[in-house]
Amino acid sequence: MIVLRAAVLVVLALAAAACTSEVGSGTGDDGAARKTVRPVYGDTLIEALLGDIQGLIPNITSDSASHTIGNLIYSGLVKRDESLRLVGDLAESWTVSRDCRNMTFQLKKNAKWHDGRPFTADDVVFTYQAMVNPKTPTAYKEDFKAVESIEAVDAHTVRVRYARPYAKALQSWSTTMLPRHLLESYVTEGRLREAPQNRESPVGTGPYRFKEWRTGEKVVLTANRDYYDTGPYLSRLVYRIIPSQATIFLELKAKGIDSSSTLTALQYKRQTDYPAFRRAYQKFRYPSSAYTYFGFNLKDPRFADKRVRQAFAYAISKQELIEGVRLGLGREATGPYKPGTWVYNPNVKRYPHDLERARQLLAEAGWREKNGDGLLVKDGKPFTFTLMTNQGNDERKKIAELIQASLRELGVGVDIRILEWASFIKEYIKKRRFEAIVLGWGIGLDPDQYEIWHSSKTGPDDLNHISYANPEVDEMLERGRSSCFEDERKKYYDRLQEILAEDQPIVFLYFPDALPVVATRVYGVVESPNGIGFNFTEWFVPRSLQRYTAG
Amino acid sequence: MFWYVLRRVLIAVPLLLGITFISFLVIHLAPGDPVDFHTGDLSPDSSAQAKQMLRKQYGLDKPLPVQYWNWLIRLARLDFGRSFAPDGRPVLQKIGERLPITLMLNVVEMAIILLFAVPIGVLSATRQYSRFDKATTVFVFMGFATPDFWFALLLILLFAVHLGWLPASGLRDINWEYLSFWKRHWDFLSHLILPIGVATFGGLAGFSRYMRQSMLEVVRQDYIQSARAKGLAERVVIGKHALRNAMLPIVTILGLSLPGLIGGSVIVESIFAIPGMGQLMVQSVFQRDYPVIMGNLVIVSTLTLVANLLADVAYGLVDPRIRLGGRRRQ
Repeated sequence: MIVLRAAVLVVLALAAAACTSEVGSGTGDDGAARKTVRPVYGDTLIEALLGDIQGLIPNITSDSASHTIGNLIYSGLVKRDESLRLVGDLAESWTVSRDCRNMTFQLKKNAKWHDGRPFTADDVVFTYQAMVNPKTPTAYKEDFKAVESIEAVDAHTVRVRYARPYAKALQSWSTTMLPRHLLESYVTEGRLREAPQNRESPVGTGPYRFKEWRTGEKVVLTANRDYYDTGPYLSRLVYRIIPSQATIFLELKAKGIDSSSTLTALQYKRQTDYPAFRRAYQKFRYPSSAYTYFGFNLKDPRFADKRVRQAFAYAISKQELIEGVRLGLGREATGPYKPGTWVYNPNVKRYPHDLERARQLLAEAGWREKNGDGLLVKDGKPFTFTLMTNQGNDERKKIAELIQASLRELGVGVDIRILEWASFIKEYIKKRRFEAIVLGWGIGLDPDQYEIWHSSKTGPDDLNHISYANPEVDEMLERGRSSCFEDERKKYYDRLQEILAEDQPIVFLYFPDALPVVATRVYGVVESPNGIGFNFTEWFVPRSLQRYTAG
Repeated sequence: MFWYVLRRVLIAVPLLLGITFISFLVIHLAPGDPVDFHTGDLSPDSSAQAKQMLRKQYGLDKPLPVQYWNWLIRLARLDFGRSFAPDGRPVLQKIGERLPITLMLNVVEMAIILLFAVPIGVLSATRQYSRFDKATTVFVFMGFATPDFWFALLLILLFAVHLGWLPASGLRDINWEYLSFWKRHWDFLSHLILPIGVATFGGLAGFSRYMRQSMLEVVRQDYIQSARAKGLAERVVIGKHALRNAMLPIVTILGLSLPGLIGGSVIVESIFAIPGMGQLMVQSVFQRDYPVIMGNLVIVSTLTLVANLLADVAYGLVDPRIRLGGRRRQ
């Protein structure tokens, strides 16, 4: 992997030398004209995946490639629309009782499995049973353990009852539905992984049918003409597995692939900014659902002092960081939620770059004197610590270096240590053998972050690595996850964000932008808070622009 | 001879056991856990219990010696187990589907390398310090010193992006199924030109330098002198008398590189997106997919032991000194 990264850098250097940089206006703006074209069927879309898929039943895989494919073959009862609201997918409608404990789904009557059998309430019950079966090797059991009872009232009605109000209840039903008639025996025997549906013949209800999976080479899907919703218009999808980012970039330049979201900031901003590329591809940019942070081991008495953490927050210029590391392609994080989403609270304490304020806070915390090396000293010990991050992520390495430089100005010495991912996690993070880290969190679509911030979640396999404990935060998290009404939850999460911003248990740095490109001949691609994939079934290529006729 | 072979085979068994034991130990000592990769490391969705359950399912909760013993028992029945990856497929099947392409690439590469390296070595030996010698020396060492990934990317940039003559990566065109018979073959071949080119360029140095060295030694021998004195044409002296003797060390090296034929080059495979053994091995190491790693190791080490045995036996057959030495000891 190290070699590959080096490869990327070399290509960057080459390409940077080869083409004089041109300053352009982005993609040609014919948006209005594009909207009036009527969708037609046909053509093939070729997309690159960095890694091979792990299986064809997404309920038991956890890598993003498998989920990309799985979500096209299967569907859930609900899904997220462009503004990230939950809307019906296999469910026509649903009702929730006042106490949030009863939920009734009305299923679409025209939904069919790819083998022609109708999709019924019984399949929903089966999917629940499969998920909670102790022999099912899934990472997504928790949501379904909250269910007290489930019953199929009739062929198209499902009633679910929860033991106590559970905020993620509705979202959990976006889990892909599995067919009872094909998988029941595998589930009861605990052999779901070995089912042929996981390897060569998946049967789902989604917009695309499975055609072929050549290990390490490609996955091919074809349009499901019996799909219960609009589209899909693109007749065939080919997902090519290309493990090298550098190769994906060159394939894009050679027009060997139509779409990719693996471009680096440098490739996206500079190396694809020439007329031929702009003509061939539409570029998109929106904040991804992940943020990068500078975290502390709060068991360390130096970091347990809030003033020290706040001082660090003042010392680091987030804007500079985003410029330096992401070429500006990212957004400042003020807390653990993405700006622009319903739960985001913009009215929290902010930490503009202010070294004076930082020095003052450190002095209040007792770090006043400096030794001969210019390092702050307290009780005879200089303020130095080791900042760790994982190998294979150049951005994090650069962040560590920038933090090192910023803190040095305050008189704090930082040693950087970069470790292989698995050993970093297992030997240092899980065992809490770290002083400070640069890492990232992917955030789910539901605002519940109990697992990350709650003081009870500090065991070796738990995720509160930094050992954060704040009773008010605990309370907000508990309340937030036990209500199912957005406006009520928003109150709790607003308060949560205020406390986190004040406490700075970690310094929230930025949300990097997702940077996908899609071939210009594909119409109907729209950027939204939910990215570009939400209306994938409505993407199409006008007949005159269709490139592949086979399939 | 029979007893010699039998003894060697008997020694190979504990050797193989030792190799597997040490490998097993080392792999399990490496930090990280297959279960983490399963549940998406640090994913807030997956609970600690789910991980415990998976560990139990894979038998990872048992002490290491027990795990090794169980693995060995299964191996004795030629059961390599199932992969820990979510696809859960049999190890042999996973290796089996990747072996052909790697084997093919390596055999073709080896053939092309020999095809070029032998004449280069012979010519530069017979014309030692000539312009040809110096030029080829520079050329093969350039190949040796050029990083594979860099050269590969340059070739893609030139032949796929700028000239558009060859495909950039992969094994087959997207519409391969719909091509005519001959076009299919050409398409497949055109995908292999660049990867084979890269690997060949890098591998030329070794064989051609061995060949040159060995040839230089042979042409100084008395029997070459006498062949020349007899008035044989230089072509015959070199091509017949010298080359045959000079080839011996090359054949030995060739024999030893046989097990390497099933190991793919990770770099070339990743850049050209070829689903071969190298990628499988690296992925399994990153995912701590113990059964696949061990399966691969057993196959490679068995092949190495067999190749060594064959080489030793062949020496015994060819060289009377080794044979006689063996008899005298008895």
